[in-house]
Amino acid sequence: MQNHVLKYLNEIVKKVPDKTAYSDGTVSLMFREVYAQSRSVGSFLYKKGIYKKPVVVFMQRAPREIAAFFGVITGGDFYVPVDEEMPAGRIQLILDNVKSPLVICDETTAEKAKAFDLKGGEIVLYDDMIGTGIEDEALERIYRSAVDTDPIYIVFTSGSTGVPKGVAACHRSVIDYIEQLSEVLAFDGNTVFGSQTPLYFDACLKELYPTLKFGATTYLIPRSCFSFPVALVEYLNRYQINTICWVVSALTMVSAFDTFQTVKPEYLRTVAFGSEVFPIKQFRRWREALPEATFTNLYGPTECTGMCCYYRVEREFADDEAIPIGRPFENREVLLLTADGRLAGEGEEGEICVRGTALTLGYYNDPVRTAEAFVQNPLNTAYPELIYRTGDIGRHNEKDELVFVSRKDFQIKHMGHRIELGEIEVNVDMLPEIRMSACIYDTKKGKIVLYFVGDISEKELTAALKTKLPRYMLPNRIFRIESMPLTANGKIDRVTLKRSYEAG
Amino acid sequence: MEELLDILKSLHADVDFEKEEHLIDNMILDSFDIVTLIAEINDVFDVTITAGNIKPENFNSAKALYALIQKLEDED
Repeated sequence: MQNHVLKYLNEIVKKVPDKTAYSDGTVSLMFREVYAQSRSVGSFLYKKGIYKKPVVVFMQRAPREIAAFFGVITGGDFYVPVDEEMPAGRIQLILDNVKSPLVICDETTAEKAKAFDLKGGEIVLYDDMIGTGIEDEALERIYRSAVDTDPIYIVFTSGSTGVPKGVAACHRSVIDYIEQLSEVLAFDGNTVFGSQTPLYFDACLKELYPTLKFGATTYLIPRSCFSFPVALVEYLNRYQINTICWVVSALTMVSAFDTFQTVKPEYLRTVAFGSEVFPIKQFRRWREALPEATFTNLYGPTECTGMCCYYRVEREFADDEAIPIGRPFENREVLLLTADGRLAGEGEEGEICVRGTALTLGYYNDPVRTAEAFVQNPLNTAYPELIYRTGDIGRHNEKDELVFVSRKDFQIKHMGHRIELGEIEVNVDMLPEIRMSACIYDTKKGKIVLYFVGDISEKELTAALKTKLPRYMLPNRIFRIESMPLTANGKIDRVTLKRSYEAG
Repeated sequence: MEELLDILKSLHADVDFEKEEHLIDNMILDSFDIVTLIAEINDVFDVTITAGNIKPENFNSAKALYALIQKLEDED
C-alpha cells in the first residue's frame, strides 16, 4: 500500500525520465530534473538538520517551485507556499504562524522576503540548494521513517477573525484524493493539464500529483492569459492541452465574449470546474463548442483535501437550475446534519459534513479553531471519529443528487474563493480612521459591497486595504455612510443594508 | 470619456486612470476587472466588446479603451 506521495515520483522517473513534467511555456522540467532537484533540496534540509518542520516556499509560480515542494517533502518536512500576489500583511501572519526555520526563495522574491519578520528563519536561494550533493542513505532513512499521517503541506484559507487558518494535509489524504480524482476524471499518461490556479491553494493538487502518478504533463498557464480569452484558447491549442480544472469565472471569461466564434479549443476532452455556480447559459456554450468533452462539477473544502464531491453533467439543465455537486468520491461520506445533530430526512436541508481519510490534520498551531470545525461525529458515541463541518448547507434533490443550498454564516464564495466577510470587516476596522464597517455580498452580480462610517475617502481606504487583503477579497463597491443601521440588539443591521443596496 | 473614467474609478479608486498607460502590463486590471468593465461599458455605451477586441493593447489605458468604444460606436 502506498503511504508516501513521492512514491509516485520515484516510480515515474524510472519510466519516463526525459518527458516534460511541468512547464510554464518558457521553462520546463523533465521528470528526472524534478527528481534530481527535489533530492538535492531534501539533502540540503537534511544537512541543515531541518526535519519535520514547516518550510516556507516563497517563489514565483514556475516549474521549479513545484520541485521545491517535493524537495521539502523529500527532506521529511512540509511546505508552506507563499506568493508575491499575497498582500504583505497576510504573508506576515503566515510567517508568524508557522515560524519556519527556512524560507526558500528565487532571485526575485529573495529581496521581498527580507522586508518581513522571518521569525528567525533563514533565506536560501533555490538555485543554491539544488547544487547540494545527494545524501542517498539519509534520504532513504527519512523516506522509510515517514508515516502516512505526517503533514506534507500547509495552505492558508480565510478566517473570520482576520487571521487566516493554515490547513495541514498529510500523505494519506492527498494520496486518497489523487486516486479518486484520477479515476473519476480518467487521467492517464497522455493527459496534458492546463493549470489555472495559484500554487498556494490546494486547488493545484489536481494537476501536480496526477502528473507524477501517470507521467502526464502540466502547463502552468500565465495569469495574464486569463484576461484575454482568445490568447487563452490559443495557449491551450499551442500546447495541446486536453484537461482543465478551472474555477467557473475563468471558464465564463472565455464563453461570455463569443470567443468560440473566433477560436475553439482543439484538444480539450476533460473539463472540470468548481467552487462556484456555473451559469447554465455559459455552460451550454462550452458544451456546444466541445460536444465530445466530459464536464464535471467538483465541490470540496480545503479542510478535506482538495475536492470531495463530483457531478458529471450529462442531462439538460434549465436556465435557472443549479448544477448539483452530486455525490462524494469513494472512501468518504457526506453526512447532512440538522441543527439538532441528526441526519436530514428526504429533501430536508442540513449542514454538509464529511467523514473519512480525506480529512486534513486540522489548522496548524490553532487548536481552538480546529476543535470548532473538526468535531466528533454526533451519530457515533462509541469511539473517537472526527468529521469536518463545512458550514455549507445542502440537500438531496429528487434524483438523490447532493445540491448546494447556501452558507450557514457570513462566508461567501467569490471568484472561486471561500471568503469570510468578517475577515474583510476586521481589516477595515483596524484602520484608525474607521468607526464602523459592514460587508454584504451581491450574489447576483458577484460583488463584495462595503459600507463604512469614518474619516477616510473611498480612495484612501482602497489603497490601505490593498496592503492587507488578497486581490479577490477587496470590496468591489465601497460606500461611505453617515451612520450604520443597527438592529434592536445593537448589531449591524445587514438586512437593511442589503435592502438599501438593492434599491440602489 | 468622463463616464468611462467613472467606471474605472469604481473598480480602483486609488489609480490615476488619466495618466496610467500600463493597466495590463503593471497588473492593475485583472481578469475580474476586465469582465466587469466590459459589462458596464455595454450598459453605459451600448456597445458590445467581443473576444477579438479583448486584447492587452485595448485595455492598457483609459485612452485606448475609449478609442475602442468610439470605434465600436461608429461601426453601429
